[in-house]
Amino acid sequence: MNDSSSAPAPFGRRLLTVTGMRPLGEVYRVLSVADDGPDPEPGQFAMLAAAERWGGGEDERPYLPRAFSIARRRPGESQFLLEDVGPGTRRLCELEEGDGLWALGPLGVGFTAPTAGRRAILVGGGVGIAPLAILKDRLETEPTVLLGFRDRARCAGRDLLGDAAVASDDGSAGHHGPVTDLLLSELEHDQRAVVYACGPAAMLEAVRAICADRGVPAQLALEAGMACGFGACFGCAVPRSGGGYLRVCVDGPVIDADQLEHVGEHAGAPQ
Amino acid sequence: MRLAHPVINGSGTFDAIAARRAFGDGLCEGFPFAAYVSKTITLEPRPGNPPPRLWESAGGLINSIGLPNKGLERYISEDLPELASITAAVTRSIGDGRPVPLITNVMGSSAAEFAQLAEACDARPEIAAVELNVSCPNVNTGLDIGADPRQLEGVVREVRARSTKPLIVKLTPNTADVAACAQAAQDGGADAVSLINTLRAMALAPRVRPDPPRAWLGGGTGGLSGPAVRTIALAQVAAVAARLHIPVVGMGGVQSAAHARDLIDVGATLVAVGTESFRDPAAAGRVALGLQQAGED
Repeated sequence: MNDSSSAPAPFGRRLLTVTGMRPLGEVYRVLSVADDGPDPEPGQFAMLAAAERWGGGEDERPYLPRAFSIARRRPGESQFLLEDVGPGTRRLCELEEGDGLWALGPLGVGFTAPTAGRRAILVGGGVGIAPLAILKDRLETEPTVLLGFRDRARCAGRDLLGDAAVASDDGSAGHHGPVTDLLLSELEHDQRAVVYACGPAAMLEAVRAICADRGVPAQLALEAGMACGFGACFGCAVPRSGGGYLRVCVDGPVIDADQLEHVGEHAGAPQ
Repeated sequence: MRLAHPVINGSGTFDAIAARRAFGDGLCEGFPFAAYVSKTITLEPRPGNPPPRLWESAGGLINSIGLPNKGLERYISEDLPELASITAAVTRSIGDGRPVPLITNVMGSSAAEFAQLAEACDARPEIAAVELNVSCPNVNTGLDIGADPRQLEGVVREVRARSTKPLIVKLTPNTADVAACAQAAQDGGADAVSLINTLRAMALAPRVRPDPPRAWLGGGTGGLSGPAVRTIALAQVAAVAARLHIPVVGMGGVQSAAHARDLIDVGATLVAVGTESFRDPAAAGRVALGLQQAGED
């Protein structure tokens, strides 16, 4: 959990070795790498790039590394959840056991543990469920987990978190509708909760609005286009409530919902 | 100024304060730059441009960040002491006794504003040198100060009269004749020039016809950097170095010692690493080490 005692990231990217690439249904993949770096806080991320053939794909990209939440950490191994949505993620999805992976991290501010007496509700959407897995691993009390997916193929992502209630946009699994419907019914009978959410901007904005209306604290793990991940490029700005901007990479990626006026659709991360 | 090696950072490509938070003491132990250049400071605070601020292009990056900064007053009172403590810690860890000078980059929208910024820097012993970012429109004429030799010479001359610190002029590449602008900076009293800044560039948001074209970046246009500009930088640095007698800081797409060597071979005294630091914060250290090893062969 987020506390000041966690070790900082080593300075400079490290060359890690891929130890596994496992499909999770038809869409997602779980990338495992040997990692003897610092133990991450849940919600922290790493900047990843393939050691070979990083570039020369669609539009001669990728060029920059890509930001990924650390989905799971086991002794000596880190895992990341991938979905092929562009030249960078495509190249990462092609990695095989033994391949090299550049990684910088762990970076950013992670989730903060719930205060006594508050129940943790984890709300995830799509590939954004990744940081909720490591959060669930570290929570002392079993949380309520609500996951939303676009379609049946993506619903296989639920296996990353084990016991979870599911919603799907096309009704192919679980509740037919947005995952925030499940959150609303959870909060209907118990508002002594703290919500941890990660997913598409529209989902996060709905979570933010629901929690704000009910005075329920929420921690949102945001995504934004970023070049560096350590505060250098100023590319990942999101508007801060009351004016100005926050940098998702160093002020987040986990940001208290009340620090945000809204979660915008601009994100546009390089894919 | 004696430096440990010839590699520094480009302004606005490395926030040492944020990096200290991310990497802890490891930053100071592995600090890759022989001098540290701050991001651009303006008189008044600036929030920066609305997002999106980045676009990944072929072998490069277009940014439209908009120079977010706390403004001169809070830079001096809050950031400068922290930056000075980082460069002091770096000096101790490098251990060869050569301090890592702190260079403050400033931007004004008139000669008077530049002079005011330079004068404030002049009063601070932590600041070793001042770099002028002249890639900005004159508030009165609307013309880019750095693209117009006559205007540029006037600005540098005014700053020179109000500052005793070494002055570096960061030239804009978005001009018809960069060597003429460099000459104007030298004639105005600059101690060095640095180039290239980013090249003006644009990207359109993904769209479905018949939707009209719309700029992707919140700022409309942005500046291109990275390997895509390396050959342009080499041509501009060569043209400027051939014309001036003051030192030239060369930069643009440097990823390796070989790229840095090219800039030095055409006349650069120092080389800056910028966008490559985004991909790996320790990249400049590899460039410096490679130069050193090649020099020993």
